[in-house]
Amino acid sequence: MTRTRTPGISRRSTLALMGAGAMTFAAPWVARAQAKTIKIGMPTILSGRVAQLGTSSRNAVMLEVEKVNAAGGLAGRQIEMVIRDSKGQPQEAARVARELVNTDGCELMIDAEASSGAFAVHEVARDLGVFCIHTNSETSALTADPKQHIPNAFRTARQGVHDSIVGGSYAAAIAKAKGLKKWATCSPDYAYGRDTTAEFTLYLKRFAPEVEIISESWPKLFQPDYTEVVTKILQAKPQALYSCLWGGDLTSYIDQANIYAMFSQMEVFAVNMADYTALTVVKNLPKGIHSGNRYIKTFPSTPENAAWGDAYKAKYNEYPTNWSWENATAIMLMAEAAKKANLADGKKIAEVLKGLTIKCPFGADGTVTMRGDDHTLVGYAIGWGTTIPQEPYVPEVKAGDWKTIFELEAEWKKSKGYT
Amino acid sequence: MDLDALAGCLSSSACLVTQTTSGLIIGMLLFLVAVGLTLIFGVLKVVNFSHGAFYMFGAYFAMTAYQLTASFALAMLAGAAGTAILGLIFERVFMSRVYGADVLMQLLVCYAFVLIFDDVVRIIWGPEFKSMGMPSAFQVMPLFIAGGVVPPYYLLLIGVALVAAIVLGIGLSRSRIGKVIRAAAHNPGMVSALGINTGLIYGGVFALGGMLAGLAGALAAPVRSLTPGMGFSVLIESFIVTVIGGMGSILGALIGALLLGLIRSFGSLGFPLFTEGLMYLFMVIVLVSKPTGLFGKEAA
Repeated sequence: MTRTRTPGISRRSTLALMGAGAMTFAAPWVARAQAKTIKIGMPTILSGRVAQLGTSSRNAVMLEVEKVNAAGGLAGRQIEMVIRDSKGQPQEAARVARELVNTDGCELMIDAEASSGAFAVHEVARDLGVFCIHTNSETSALTADPKQHIPNAFRTARQGVHDSIVGGSYAAAIAKAKGLKKWATCSPDYAYGRDTTAEFTLYLKRFAPEVEIISESWPKLFQPDYTEVVTKILQAKPQALYSCLWGGDLTSYIDQANIYAMFSQMEVFAVNMADYTALTVVKNLPKGIHSGNRYIKTFPSTPENAAWGDAYKAKYNEYPTNWSWENATAIMLMAEAAKKANLADGKKIAEVLKGLTIKCPFGADGTVTMRGDDHTLVGYAIGWGTTIPQEPYVPEVKAGDWKTIFELEAEWKKSKGYT
Repeated sequence: MDLDALAGCLSSSACLVTQTTSGLIIGMLLFLVAVGLTLIFGVLKVVNFSHGAFYMFGAYFAMTAYQLTASFALAMLAGAAGTAILGLIFERVFMSRVYGADVLMQLLVCYAFVLIFDDVVRIIWGPEFKSMGMPSAFQVMPLFIAGGVVPPYYLLLIGVALVAAIVLGIGLSRSRIGKVIRAAAHNPGMVSALGINTGLIYGGVFALGGMLAGLAGALAAPVRSLTPGMGFSVLIESFIVTVIGGMGSILGALIGALLLGLIRSFGSLGFPLFTEGLMYLFMVIVLVSKPTGLFGKEAA
C-alpha cells in the first residue's frame, strides 16, 4: 500500500494548523491575550429606581478608562468597556455576567451590582475563574466570609461593617450627649439592609450600652409606599432612628416621613443620605440628618478629591455618587496592578493586587490599599456628619479612625467565625 | 409576630387614628388605580395589564406640569387629562384590535406595551429616579387628631379619591351615559343596534380608566420617587384589589382597596415581617370562600 501526499501541504504543516486551530478554540484566553484591546465586562443597574447610581458607576469607569487609554492602556492594551444593564435583578446580573465572558470575550470583569446582584455575579466569577472586582456591594460578608473567598475576586466598595464601626461610635456619642436611649431601625429587607443594621446596632450598643432597639421595620427593596412604616415608627415613639435605605427608596421614605414631621420628632441617622444623588433629588431636605459620607467632594478635604469631583461634574454635568468613587478606584487599582505586572492578564493582576497600595483621591491619607487576606479595600475616607439643605450639604465630617476600625473589625470577624 | 404592639394600638385612640388614616391613604390610592382596571374589564372584557403605565405617566405628567407652572392644581389636571388622552389613543389604535381575542393574546399585547411605555418614559425623562417635591401649601405640620398624626396632604388625597368614587358610582348608576355604558357592558350588540357608537363608549371607558390611574399617579408624585417601571408594583396590588372585590365591580374595588390598605397598615404593627404575605393570604381566603370576589357576579 502506497501513501499519497497532498501536493503543497505537508502532513506536518497540516498537523500544525490543526493544532493551532484547536488551541484557538480550546483556549480562548490564549487567543484573546494576543488581541490589542482588552475587553472589560461590566454588569450594572441602568434602569429602575437605582439607575442613577448605575449610570454614575458607568460614568466614573469611563472617566478613568479614558485616562488609562490616553496613557497607553492597560499594560499597553487599550481598554474596551462592555457595559450591560441587569435591571437590578440578580438572575439577570448573573446571566449578563456569564454572557460578557463567554460571548463578548471579556477578559476582566467589574461587577457594579448592588448586593442583591453581587453575590450572583460572584458565583459566576467563581465558576468561570474570571478576574472580577465588586465595586458597589457593601454587604460585609461578600469578602469577609471565608466561604465566599475566591482568588480571582476583589472588592473596591466601602463595607457595611466599616461604616457601622464609625457610625456606631459616632451615634453612641450623640446618644450619650442627648440621652437617646430608645431607638428604631428601618432598613431594606435584603442582605445589605439586614447585615448593616445588625452591625450598626452592635457598635451603637457597644459604645452606648443603655440604648434599646424598640422597633424594627424591614420594607422590601424598591417598595413604593412607606406610609405604614412611617406610622409604625411614630407609634413606637423612638428618640432616634437608624436607616440604611438608599437611592430612590431613601428619597421616597424622606418625602413620606417629611409630611408626618418625623424629622422634628426624633434624631435620624441615615447612613446613605450624604450622597449627591439623594441630596440633590430630595426637594425638601430636612436639616440635621446624620449620615455617613458617601461621595462628597469636600471629604476628604484635599485638592485631589475636589478636582476629581469637579472633573466628573464638568464631563457629566452632575456630581458623582458613592458608587462613582468605588468604580473609579477599581480602574485605578487595575491600571496600577497591570503596570506593575507589565501584563494585562487577570491572574497576574490578581497576584499583584493583593496588598497593593495606590495613591487615590478617596483615601483617608491620600492612599487606599487592597488588603491581601480578604481582598477588600481599606484606607478609604470614612466619616459621619450632619446634613444641611444646600452645598456643601455636610459641612463638617467627623473622620473615622482606621486603627479603631481594624481592631473592631478583627473582633467582629472572630465573633462571626470568619477567622 | 408582635401581637402586643397590635393589641396596644387597638386600645389607643392615637394609634387607631394614625393607622386607620394610613390604611385609608394606601387604600384610596390603590382604589383609584384598581377602579380603572375593574371598569375596563367590566365594560371591555379586557384584562388591561398595561394599566400601571398610566399611573406612571400620570406621575410624570404631573411632575413636568408642576416644574413648568409651579401650580399643584395644574399638575393634577395634567396628570389626569394627559393620561385620559393617552388612554383614548392607546385604545383606539391598539387595544381595539384585540377585543374578543384570546386572553393570552391580550396579556401579551399589554405586557409588550408595559415595556414600551417604560422605555418611552426612560427616553423622555431619563432613567434616574426623580422627585416632584411637596407643594409649599402642604409643607405644614401634620394635624393631631385624638393624639393621632394625620398629614393634611393625605386628607386631600383621601378626599379626591372619595369624590372620584362617589362621582363614578352615581354617574354609572344614575346618568344616561352611565346606563349606556352598563348596557354596552351587558349587551354591546343591542346597544350598537340602537345606533349608539360602541367604539366611542369603549374608547371613553378606557380613557376614564386611564384618567383615574393617572390621577392616582399625580397624587402620589409628591410623596413617591418617580422612575420608569414604577407602575408595576402598583399594578400587582391593584390586581389583588380587583380580584378581592370582584372583577368588574366598582364597589368591590373600593371595599377591596380599603381592606387591603387597613391590612397593610395594622399588619405592619402585628406582623411586621408578614405584611405583604397578609395581603396575599387575605386574597386566598376571599377566593376560596367566594371565587368571584366579594362583589363579583357569577358568570351567566
